[in-house]
Amino acid sequence: MTKILDRMAAEGATRRETLTVAATLVGGALVVGCSPANVMGDILSLGATKDFGPFGPFIKVEPNGWVTVICKHIEVGQGNHAGLAALAAEELDADWAKVKTEHAAANAKVYANSAMGVQGTGGSSAISNSWLQLRTAGAAARAMFVQAAATKWNAPVGEVTVQNGVVAHAKSGKQAGLGDLVADAAKVPPTTTPTLKDPKTFTLIGTDRVRRKDSVAKSTGTALYTQDVQLPNMLTAMVAHAPKFGGKVVSFDDKATRQVPGVVEVFQIPSGVAVVAESTWAARQGRDALKVNWDLSKTESRSTDQLAQWYRDLAAGKAAAGDLKWAAFEARGAPSAPGAAALETTYDFPYLAHATMEPMNCVAIVNGASCKLISASQSPTLDQLNAAKIVGNLPGNIEVQTLFAGGSFGRRTNFQSDYAAEAVHIAKTVGHGRPVKLVWTREDDMRAGYYRPMVHHALRITTDKDGFPASWRQRVVTQSIMKGSPMGTPKLDSTSVEGAMGSPYLKATPVVDAQVLSPDVGVPVLWWRSVGATHTAFVMEHTIDQLARKAGRDPVDYRRALYAKAGANRHLAVLNLAAQNAGWGRPPPAGWTRGAAVHESFGSVVAQIAEVKLENGVPKVGRVVTAIDCGTPIARDQIAAQMEGGTCLGLAAALYGKMTLKDGAVQEGNFDSYRVLRNSEAPTVETYIVPSSNPPSGVGEPGTPVIAPAVANALLAMGQPPTTSLPFVKT
Amino acid sequence: MATTLQINGKSVQVKAAPETPLLWVLRDELAMTGSKYGCGVGQCGACTVLADGQPIRSCSTPISVLGTAKITTIEGLGGDHPVQQAWIRHDVPQCGYCQSGQIMSAVVLLAQKPKPTDEEISSAMDGNICRCGTYQRIRAAIKDAAGLPQVASSPPPLKTPSVPAPAAKI
Repeated sequence: MTKILDRMAAEGATRRETLTVAATLVGGALVVGCSPANVMGDILSLGATKDFGPFGPFIKVEPNGWVTVICKHIEVGQGNHAGLAALAAEELDADWAKVKTEHAAANAKVYANSAMGVQGTGGSSAISNSWLQLRTAGAAARAMFVQAAATKWNAPVGEVTVQNGVVAHAKSGKQAGLGDLVADAAKVPPTTTPTLKDPKTFTLIGTDRVRRKDSVAKSTGTALYTQDVQLPNMLTAMVAHAPKFGGKVVSFDDKATRQVPGVVEVFQIPSGVAVVAESTWAARQGRDALKVNWDLSKTESRSTDQLAQWYRDLAAGKAAAGDLKWAAFEARGAPSAPGAAALETTYDFPYLAHATMEPMNCVAIVNGASCKLISASQSPTLDQLNAAKIVGNLPGNIEVQTLFAGGSFGRRTNFQSDYAAEAVHIAKTVGHGRPVKLVWTREDDMRAGYYRPMVHHALRITTDKDGFPASWRQRVVTQSIMKGSPMGTPKLDSTSVEGAMGSPYLKATPVVDAQVLSPDVGVPVLWWRSVGATHTAFVMEHTIDQLARKAGRDPVDYRRALYAKAGANRHLAVLNLAAQNAGWGRPPPAGWTRGAAVHESFGSVVAQIAEVKLENGVPKVGRVVTAIDCGTPIARDQIAAQMEGGTCLGLAAALYGKMTLKDGAVQEGNFDSYRVLRNSEAPTVETYIVPSSNPPSGVGEPGTPVIAPAVANALLAMGQPPTTSLPFVKT
Repeated sequence: MATTLQINGKSVQVKAAPETPLLWVLRDELAMTGSKYGCGVGQCGACTVLADGQPIRSCSTPISVLGTAKITTIEGLGGDHPVQQAWIRHDVPQCGYCQSGQIMSAVVLLAQKPKPTDEEISSAMDGNICRCGTYQRIRAAIKDAAGLPQVASSPPPLKTPSVPAPAAKI
């Protein structure tokens, strides 16, 4: 620590910065949320390069005319790089066919996510927080090319045009490609306040021309993932982890491991025992041969059945909450003497693994205090902070090279940087700057926790004479994701209840009493694509459908009336658009039954109408008509792709997703026990985008949470009983 | 002990022990990283390669059983294979990690059934998991590569309704 502070002093850090970094590095709950974003970025980027090219940190132009848009957000599949590139290319008037993308280096200040204050991808925020930033970068670069051409051609700036990467002066007939003018443009002083286009004049943004830039690489096996990294002298590591959360190594017997050809070293690290080998297969064989004696005395040893019962008892007031405090997330009106409940129901949701196709992995290179990570880092700043603590360096000095992720769904960012920290510990022990690639097997990945938390909801609703909610009591019990984060533990963790909190249905209800309780369980939990909405969308939408049916109303009409009461015009618009295209009100195709659901998340509102039938008792989903209002659409084809993919991930969880603990041990380990969606089960999603001139909002997550309630509501329409727990398929 | 394998039209000598799964020989020894590790137990299909034109799960196929089988990997398709071109036209990939395996399974399907039905497509592709949920584009790309019309169940082009969106609430 002293060494770090000395270095900071040498690099000109202020006393305040030094204190803040000191607090961060010892794990204090000070920095990320509490420091002003500008100070924080300064501190956390100390050591990072300040040397960018002539067109700034987001744009490079090569003499051959190729434009590279540098993306501060990781591409995990969500297609954000297509949209990010389009934002800059639109304002630069680049030739879209000669635009490519690359991941930014780690820099907590320059590449900060404005929604987070540090560098990271999440909350479906990539496009929305780059909307002005990348357009400004593109426009500023354009102005430099225009000025360079005007000077070179002795023409008025106002007469120089740029179109499809060609700079031209019509009067003199002169023209040149962006590449031809790079050297001249680089000498023009950049402006920080360029004029942005009127969105009405966009020629690229919002058109079907905005397509992925990585489809060739990803269709030829040439896209580079962490798993594919091969460096001279590199070692591959696997780690034996405790069979229960919180287990510690007592001792280990590595005799058999060391006899495996290719095994180089075996040693203990904080999270287990590392086996380091010359190849993946040798590491695997070596790890399998290892015998570890674990101290399991302080582990989480409850079963998920017990936890679920405890949650139910807590919500019902049958179990004492002890030191735990209920936190109100919606409260309106004076609770009067409760009338007869129109609906009293509970819902249970299991732990969910992300189960990305590429299991977690990270390449780390450590030489003394110097450290480089090569990985699909979703939050480079967090990975820098955690690596810095291990090697004893400034966070900004930790180099991070970000690669494509083979999926994330939220898994590749957490406050502990679990697998990245593990890789750094191993590379530090190996030392000498020798690259180490930590790889997890599917079973390691699935049993490592960081799940979508288990959740229990209990609701009691009374209705007025027209059948609309008059009072709404809701109790939610779930582990807090934010508890113990560097931002500090919030009194109300909104990630637990977002979607119920702020629901138009609650807004339309005169008396609301909605509270959440966050019990402590020793299972690491994390955001999982659409986070709170993974359960709140189900609870709100399935409840509303039941209320509509009790009131004898068409569920779509019933929602329309509630949206009118709540002033939820965007909800109304997407619902109408989906209903119109789905043919709601007309009979569905023979054998199919329709269910509707609407949910707002990450600033966007999605409505889905699903056609469902039961095959051997299992819901089969055919056509899904989707309408989304995501503000100004940037990459229309990728918006559709996210609706298609989000629906599949949501449906996989709804049909089959469940992680089970037996006496604390995770039972599922691979795709045979943690079933996911396969091709023949995947619906066909039609996507309709509401035209909008509002700033863009989220796309990656909002398509996920709506399908489960749409299916449950179709089952209601078939005359099936309400669904009170997920997954639909119990065995 | 060296083993000789026939990979993408070439005879290759590898040093790995005979019980080593083909996937790790391809990836670690031959630096052909297009075939992916996803599950290690033949459940997900990310490691799919062809042996004499039949799909195999290279993660659970030891090189000792391959004999003189002709192995084709994603690298062996060359990049301009009609299936790859269809994949690119439809922007099938999202994260992309499973797509090498998906493409290899599609290549086998179309070699065996040049004009597959919807059911044959789904059934042939059910062994390949995609967590991003690109399944419907996979189906569309296979039909495209097969020269089949996109049937009514395929998504129509994106439509823009005439009613503008109401203003966002701040």
